[in-house]
Amino acid sequence: MADEKKEVLLEVKDLQIQFKNGRRVFTAVDDVNFQIYRGETFSLVGESGSGKTTIGRAIIRINPTSKGEIIFNGKKINGKIDKKTDREVIQKIQMIFQDPMASLNERAKVDYIISEGLYNFHLYKDEADRKEKVQRALESVGLLPEFASRFPHEFSGGQRQRIGIARALIMNPELVIADEPISALDVSIRAQVLNLLNTLKKERNLTYLFVAHDLSVVRFISDRIAVIHKGRIVELAEAEELFQHPFHPYTKSLLSAVPIPDPEIEKKKKLLVYDPSVHDYSVDKPSWVEILPGHFVYANEKEVAEYKAQI
Amino acid sequence: MEERKPILSAKDIEITFSMRGRYLKAIRKCSLDLYEGETLAIVGESGSGKSVFTKSFIGMLDNNGSITGGSIMFEGVDIAKYTKESDWLKIRGKKIAMVFQDPMTSLNPLKTIGEQIREVIELHQGIKGEESKKMAIEMLEKVGITDPANRYKQYPHEFSGGMRQRVVIAIAAACFPKILICDEPTTALDVTIQAQILDLIRNLQKEMGMTVIYITHDLGVVANVADRVAVMYAGELVEVGTAEDIFYDARHPYTWALLSSLPQLGEKGQPLPTIEGTPPNLYNDIVGDAFAPRNKHALRIDFIENPPYFEVSPTHKAKTWLLDPRAPKCEAPKVIQQLRSKMKGR
Repeated sequence: MADEKKEVLLEVKDLQIQFKNGRRVFTAVDDVNFQIYRGETFSLVGESGSGKTTIGRAIIRINPTSKGEIIFNGKKINGKIDKKTDREVIQKIQMIFQDPMASLNERAKVDYIISEGLYNFHLYKDEADRKEKVQRALESVGLLPEFASRFPHEFSGGQRQRIGIARALIMNPELVIADEPISALDVSIRAQVLNLLNTLKKERNLTYLFVAHDLSVVRFISDRIAVIHKGRIVELAEAEELFQHPFHPYTKSLLSAVPIPDPEIEKKKKLLVYDPSVHDYSVDKPSWVEILPGHFVYANEKEVAEYKAQI
Repeated sequence: MEERKPILSAKDIEITFSMRGRYLKAIRKCSLDLYEGETLAIVGESGSGKSVFTKSFIGMLDNNGSITGGSIMFEGVDIAKYTKESDWLKIRGKKIAMVFQDPMTSLNPLKTIGEQIREVIELHQGIKGEESKKMAIEMLEKVGITDPANRYKQYPHEFSGGMRQRVVIAIAAACFPKILICDEPTTALDVTIQAQILDLIRNLQKEMGMTVIYITHDLGVVANVADRVAVMYAGELVEVGTAEDIFYDARHPYTWALLSSLPQLGEKGQPLPTIEGTPPNLYNDIVGDAFAPRNKHALRIDFIENPPYFEVSPTHKAKTWLLDPRAPKCEAPKVIQQLRSKMKGR
């Protein structure tokens, strides 16, 4: 990924997302900036309630944004956009959801679930063409073509997640947002779905925005990782770089909490607890600083000096 | 290792569920000794029977399921023979308590959490009135809930997921049980909260001298908490040993497969090793080793006869023909042999 020729597929600029409940306004995401390059896997990691899913949903226009811009393929896609761009976004950005049980229409057959997007966009010549496309989509995710005539409840969790993936892929997306795609799956199935996502990425030159809280999975699958805390990205770096040299105390605490499958290390491990009061932002205001090439951290000048001393 | 006396001893346990006239054997001859003060982790896929097995220790099997063979000795009594609810009430919650996966569904949304803790104290210890309230507040403090006197009056929905799980643990620990069974206590929680809850359970265990059984599928959690590990597959314990035995010297191909499919051990850009196929249908009688059809190292005998336990060391046994002296030599996959060096510096 170190090539100079990195093409930006998606750019998020000063994004803010607010939820209004009567007169109460809650800012779920604030001041978020990142770029996703074509062909990479970009991960958003954070605790529940940190706003990582909200960002993903804002990108595919489920959540309205209140400030900032989301630029996809050079076009602004948030806020008011024309119908043509809207349809393009719906087609080119697809989502894989966390719970394969809840995200498939249980009263529809797999055939319909997978081809719903085709129907909406008339992406097929005739019935035979559509059938053929569904078949190919099923095969590409490792399912048998005859599964098309079955209902979701006839499948196991891992198979259902594959159906969810097939449904996203049939639209030939450029960006796939995977929102915790494996956290609801069993251990032995997780590896299979991770492998599938990686193979598809290579075959079709997909770009992933991977939303997760499990850092061990994220380290394995991502090229770059952004750590998000309370709606703000606090650190962003390449995966290995982030694990080797975390700067922000929140990143450190998150990394220390990742379970390691080695009893000796795991039992000696010291847990770091993040205390937001270590930051004194009363005078010295924090900003988004590139501390090393490609390694960003949210800190004020004093902290940047401290972090630089650690390098 | 010194001779220790088991606090609970399950022998050849068989559990059968009847489903519309068909019989499903969920647990097939499981024997397990639980020693006082230790932490045992039971790992396995969903449906392997790990929950069912431990639920039989407190008589919480569903109505269509029953223990059809074997014995569970606890305090000199075979509790597998209990049939009356009144017998179980003397043990369940009082001597053996359980913490469930989802803290949202295991608390009553209509009662304040104080009442819910008090309920167990009043029922099992016969302490009433102000005294029990005092104990409940103490318990809340013990599980790390700040301002317990005020939190006592609140309802479950006013608590976050991690806090709710703390309350559930407070309820389970309120009667000073001898054994605490934690069924996936952290699966529904964030990593940072997960680490805190594991710490909490460990501290309570030390303070109150409890024996803890963890049921989990997360091997990272197992490495963190367990003294001993039991690996379960299709209703059988396929390998039992100390945490070191299992992580550094696993012998069963299923344990190998579980360990090597961990993303922590994966090489970026390379596919993770997976376990192909699906677990066997437990409605059918299983001939031979249940894992054989998915086992890359399966021998011909695996399809004919179920392997016995082979003792690797006094603390470590595994149920695989590969350990038979006549079996061809078969080494654990490379990733597992390198587990130690790989995890260094993480």
